Amino acid sequence: MAKYIVKRVGLALITLLIIVFLLFVMVRIMPGNPFPSERMSAEQIANKRIEMGLDKPVLVQFRDYMVKLLQGDFGKGTSLYYGAPIKTVLSTCVQNSFRIGGLAILIGTAVGLLLGITAALNRGRFLDGFCTVFSIVGVCVPSYVFLIFLQYYFSYKIPYFPYFFDANRFLFSSILPALSLSLFTMSTVARFTRNEMVEVMDSDYVRLAESKGIYGPRLIRRHVLRNALIPIVTVLAPLIVDLLTGALVVEKIYGINGIGKLMVDAISGEGVDYNYVLALGILYSALYIGIMLAVDLLYGILDPRIRVAAKGDA
Amino acid sequence: MNEKAILELKDLDVSFRTNAGVIHAIRGVNLDLQKGETVAIVGESGSGKSVTMKAVTGLLDENATVNRGQIHYRLAENGKEEIVDLLKLPKKELRRRINGRHIAMVFQDPMTSLDPTMPVGKQIMESMLLYGGRSREEAKARALELMNLVGISDAEHRMKYYPHQFSGGMRQRVVIAIALSGDPDILICDEPTTALDVTIQAKILELIKDIQKRMGLSVIYITHDLGVVAKVADYVNVMYAGKIVEVGNVNEIFYDPRHPYTWGLLTAMPDMDTDDDRLYSIPGSPPNLLHEPKGDAFAPRNAFALAIDEKAEPPLFKISDTHYAATWLLHPDAPKIEMPPELQARLERERKEAAKYLA
Amino acid sequence: MDEVKLTTTSYVPEPGDFSFLSQQDMNVDRNFASMGYWKGVLIHFFRNKRAVTGLVIVLVITLLAIFGPLVSSYGYKEIVSAVNDAGKKVTAGSIPPQIPGLFGGRNVKPQFADRTFLFGTDTVGRDLWTRTWYGARVSLIIAFVTIIIDMIIGMSYGLISGYFGGMTDNIMQRIVEIANSVPRLVIVSVLAIFMPKGMGLVIVALLLTEWIGMSKIARAEMLKNKEKEYVLASRTLGARSFSIIFGQILPNTIGPIITQVMFSIPTAIFTEAFLSFVGVGIVLPQCSIGSLIEDGFNNITTLPYQILPPIIVLALLMLGFNFVGDGLREALAPKLEDM
Repeated sequence: MAKYIVKRVGLALITLLIIVFLLFVMVRIMPGNPFPSERMSAEQIANKRIEMGLDKPVLVQFRDYMVKLLQGDFGKGTSLYYGAPIKTVLSTCVQNSFRIGGLAILIGTAVGLLLGITAALNRGRFLDGFCTVFSIVGVCVPSYVFLIFLQYYFSYKIPYFPYFFDANRFLFSSILPALSLSLFTMSTVARFTRNEMVEVMDSDYVRLAESKGIYGPRLIRRHVLRNALIPIVTVLAPLIVDLLTGALVVEKIYGINGIGKLMVDAISGEGVDYNYVLALGILYSALYIGIMLAVDLLYGILDPRIRVAAKGDA
Repeated sequence: MNEKAILELKDLDVSFRTNAGVIHAIRGVNLDLQKGETVAIVGESGSGKSVTMKAVTGLLDENATVNRGQIHYRLAENGKEEIVDLLKLPKKELRRRINGRHIAMVFQDPMTSLDPTMPVGKQIMESMLLYGGRSREEAKARALELMNLVGISDAEHRMKYYPHQFSGGMRQRVVIAIALSGDPDILICDEPTTALDVTIQAKILELIKDIQKRMGLSVIYITHDLGVVAKVADYVNVMYAGKIVEVGNVNEIFYDPRHPYTWGLLTAMPDMDTDDDRLYSIPGSPPNLLHEPKGDAFAPRNAFALAIDEKAEPPLFKISDTHYAATWLLHPDAPKIEMPPELQARLERERKEAAKYLA
Repeated sequence: MDEVKLTTTSYVPEPGDFSFLSQQDMNVDRNFASMGYWKGVLIHFFRNKRAVTGLVIVLVITLLAIFGPLVSSYGYKEIVSAVNDAGKKVTAGSIPPQIPGLFGGRNVKPQFADRTFLFGTDTVGRDLWTRTWYGARVSLIIAFVTIIIDMIIGMSYGLISGYFGGMTDNIMQRIVEIANSVPRLVIVSVLAIFMPKGMGLVIVALLLTEWIGMSKIARAEMLKNKEKEYVLASRTLGARSFSIIFGQILPNTIGPIITQVMFSIPTAIFTEAFLSFVGVGIVLPQCSIGSLIEDGFNNITTLPYQILPPIIVLALLMLGFNFVGDGLREALAPKLEDM
């Protein structure tokens, strides 16, 4: 098992390194200058380039960047939040995004599982149909649309919730965005759980369990849920990444100072802020790869087919 | 109910609701099983043989409806004997009292019939712990015993294995051990060897036969393989389009078949000694039971079909005390038809062959 | 041999009943023979109410996207204006939906009281009916074009990778793995550095991300098919790899790929909408579903009617394509209970 984990982690790290390198090169080979240069003379530009280390070969620049990066230094923005270290800005944004995203994951997974299980146990009846319709709507309507409506009715028409995010009233002002964000996860989890359970309930091994006298909650717990829930880990992973990294539009609409909004600011302003794009790109990729890795390992622990194979591997 | 019978199906009739309409899968099936006997149900896929047995074990899918019929089972419990109609028992009670403990099942595909997330030992012990009144140690001891019985060596160690660590044949042995874990009186084997390699098939059949003898089980085989039937069965039921079209003991079916469908099945069996280089197959395919067949369901594929076959369904005609067949050819007014000459020659050959071995 | 009836039958045989039937057509299999694979798929698909609903929704919206702007008397970027009594030009800004004589028309400048604006107008005075369908057209074109290209790229990639296996497959799959580990947003943001905002950016972003899913499916299908007899047969006969991959196996894997296309199109529409909303997509006065939603959102507290048409069209499109995709998937691999 240890060998399996080491192998997985190693592969993930190599992938991440390649991506960081590619991102870095792309951002550096950009035409033009990564700073507002319209009013600068040629000499000033040249000086600025030397100051930023842009005159060195790309590989050397990459090495320097990596050394700083490993110390947690992302450098400074070129136009956005001029002068503030990216690290400081990023940490606030990450906190906000993660909290709201975490809340959304919690709500979405819990309610989604509940809905999916209820639907599967009532296959073909009203609750099943309700769950299907609910999950279709949840998947088809973007989360920001929900937020727009929630905001319009519960913050504007009936001013109960704050209209914009307020870090001082964190929990209260996270309810609307977290709720709207959770709907997609909820629907996906509900639909997947339902289908997965129905499939398992029709499987030969559940038949065999029934034919030896297992029934009711015991059958569901020991044979159905265990087999149906393992694959759910895989659909959850990309959903978690999406939610943690802040849903751009939701953050924009609700004025949340999160990584999503930061990304939007970095690319949609007048000039694109190269360093922020790079920092956020690395952050996003690292999160994505990290969570996928976690799921991989978790899957290995949960599913004996992989667990035992991995043991044999070692 | 017959005194020796342990299981008796009376006029069982089952249909399924589907998006395309109602499929009338079982159209009045009668069947007896005597204690210690082996009965085979033979037929093409879709003839309803599996559905019949699913009705017995209460494993019918949710879209199935039992229109009529009874399944009488002689339930021996706490030293008392009573006859229960399995179709009338609530599902919960069926699972608690009958499944596993009295009627157990071996499924077709051992690759899919074991829970992939549970060690096999646990799967064997599960129902023992639930119903057997055994302690964990006793259950474990019994599971080891069963694993040895079905021919899994190093059982102590392999109990902790997961299904995917076993080969197909080994898995089927585990499935059999699970089926035996509740000390059943009836073992239903749904194509137990179809998914296995030919070399393993014989071993598994031997195993079931051996266990049957030792534990005094009654066995029902569901199969399309007449080779299997010849090896194991005492009685044979030939099923076609949701009905039993011919029933008899194994000699009657193999040496004196009367229904043209049985003729077809026997002719279609590959035979080493034949001079004919063509492999026979019954023309056409089984009827689509979405549309109720009119008259004899086999008529469209029957070279000997009579005009009456299109008008009325044939009743079962008695040939001997144990042998019946549902074809109008047995009606006193019907033209006398002999079985096809190829088949006749073949049966003759086989009979001689058999005599040689006996001598 | 005495044969006795066991079960009774109500039928009393008539003379002539015991004559043989002629059996000329006995070898014709009427149950299965007449139905080809694709015909079966179509029958299944059209029997599925949800799939048909989805198809109808998609078709209706497509037709409206084509003909909606044509039947309108305004252009999509035309600012509707009229001359008032004082001889000055006034624009028809922020008019809620109105059909003269039926509804609306209150608090509207008198010059526009007799005009029809089914969805109202936006703040500058453009007709939202025209813009909504024009936007839907833009979104659909982007989605279709990119997904078709993605399908070709992804399919070829997956089929080739799966067919050759070994080292080729290994390298190609590592590339997929890396490409798959870059979140879509990161690709968009890097692109935003290279490219001007607008339709091109959206298309390239979609091209770079959506082929991965297709290639995975194509590869899986290839692995399933390549050991089959028909492939073996044509290989034995000396067919070249190219013709085996694209001539023999491709037609047998097209089903799942089309299904994937049906699921990718809503993803593309979704992505376009979201990029345009965020401000890196479609640029004014062009419009798409996403940019219309953004417009509507900016005025939601004062003119809430503006946001509804694009949102409803978006939701219906997503719904329609998802239904069609589900229906196709079920029709291609029918389960027994759906038969």
